[in-house]
Amino acid sequence: MMSTEALLHMNVTNVAYIVAAILFILGLKRLGSPATARNGNRLSSLAMLIAVLATVAGNNIMSWEWIIGGAIVGAAIGAFSARKIAMTEMPQLVAIFNGFGGAASAVIAAGELIRLIDDGTTIAEDVSITIMASVIVGGVTLTGSFIAYGKLQGIVPTRPLLLPIRNVINVALLIGMLAATAWLIVEPSTTAFFIAAGIAIALGILIVIPIGGADMPVVIALLNSYSGIAGAATGFVLGNNMLIIAGSLVGASGLILTRIMTKAMNRSLANVMLGGFGVEDGAGGSGEEETRPVTSIQADDAATMLAYAQSVIFVPGYGLAVAQAQHQVRELADFLKEKGISVRYAIHPVAGRMPGHMNVLLAEANVPYDELKDLDEINNEFQRTDVAVVIGANDVTNPAARTDSSSPIYGMPILNVDQAHSVIMMKRSMSSGFAGVQNELFFLDKTQMLFGDAKDSVEKITAEVKDL
Amino acid sequence: MFDAEALIVALTVFVLAIFIGYEVITKVPPTLHTPLMSGSNAISGIVIVGALLVAGQADGITGQILGAIAIGLAMINVVGGFMVTDRMLKMFKRSGDR
Repeated sequence: MMSTEALLHMNVTNVAYIVAAILFILGLKRLGSPATARNGNRLSSLAMLIAVLATVAGNNIMSWEWIIGGAIVGAAIGAFSARKIAMTEMPQLVAIFNGFGGAASAVIAAGELIRLIDDGTTIAEDVSITIMASVIVGGVTLTGSFIAYGKLQGIVPTRPLLLPIRNVINVALLIGMLAATAWLIVEPSTTAFFIAAGIAIALGILIVIPIGGADMPVVIALLNSYSGIAGAATGFVLGNNMLIIAGSLVGASGLILTRIMTKAMNRSLANVMLGGFGVEDGAGGSGEEETRPVTSIQADDAATMLAYAQSVIFVPGYGLAVAQAQHQVRELADFLKEKGISVRYAIHPVAGRMPGHMNVLLAEANVPYDELKDLDEINNEFQRTDVAVVIGANDVTNPAARTDSSSPIYGMPILNVDQAHSVIMMKRSMSSGFAGVQNELFFLDKTQMLFGDAKDSVEKITAEVKDL
Repeated sequence: MFDAEALIVALTVFVLAIFIGYEVITKVPPTLHTPLMSGSNAISGIVIVGALLVAGQADGITGQILGAIAIGLAMINVVGGFMVTDRMLKMFKRSGDR
């Protein structure tokens, strides 16, 4: 029997956990609008604080030194990276944080197993299974995220690396993992645990390494969901519902984002995860030489087109971020707005390096969020728009996705830039996009090509617009 | 012993939470998907609760060290995740607010 005091402690802790779970849900709900989002993030951090305090207060903590030491080091690293990271490198930060989350789950599972073995009591099957689930998901998340980080940062080659017998290796590892799990259930030992952990760590590397750099947004979203699932698995290990709830919320979020990204790329998740995408490019070449004529203009012509328009839509792609031209575009937009021209931005889901990345980059350049429009909001507006300015985007504007069933990008959701009255396409050269197909938009009569560095071109246009 | 009842309760919570997560997250607009990812990353740092239990209740030095490592890793997620999310959300302004 527990003493009344212990029972009371336990109830207070559990009530605090319910409060924390509710605050997590409300915090995510407030992310439903940019106006309430900051407040939502604060609610979530309050929930975390409550959960931590309730755990510390409600349990008989025997040693503080290690806890405080670990917490200080972790908080310092987290705070430092959160302050220093450039917005363009956000995908790398999220990838690496994901990895740490997965690692934490795996380490907790190890600690819990060691404690149970030291206690000498028999370990129930469900506990063994959840410990294994926790270490496996955690281990895969750890190394998978680090490889994704390496590919985004350019440390690991971004091209898909395909081992010749990778499917055989993967199947062998999966069998080994199941065997180790079975072993742990029959006879709890740390050996079985560490075999499973080693396999998970190897598997994380092998799963991500064959995936091309351009598919990393999908991988990060998926690993984001794994880190949540790893958290939920830890909740199962410890029999803690709040952990299960918080982990599931993150798991659901990652899965939804994964689906949004694969849909926007016109791919299936299986197709992304099997890897190798983009390998065949270059080997076959693009086929026939392009001979169709395009119309090319200079910055002053572009400035005239923009200054006499009534409505303008900017279509930014990752090329804009690479050229670091966000601030220049916003400056140009400011001058246009001063002339009474309506300015909006059409953002395709894959415009940045992770879901919503382009929006953050534009927000950083002080573009108001109500001018940022997603695919569904803006696509019917192009036909009523005088000038669409495409900067550093390519495949996502290719009308062949709608019309040419033989095109590799057929069916991909695109921005209907071709329906605008006229189009200015800023590009360095005539090169094709990631999909390796020529953009039909270039050859339309309404399209004017403006070749050169995006930042440079936008600056010139702005100077001209000022004088008009 | 195998506690079937506790497992069923945990599974129920898990399934219901996934549904709530689905309903709430699908209403987050695409413009906030990056803060959503970094913020949910911070929430997955909730495993810090497990790390605290492991570190606080460990009998031996191994358990304490493992607990401390797990706490450190989870804290990176929690502190870094919430801070960077706030840094991003601070930048989102309506026309006329600046």
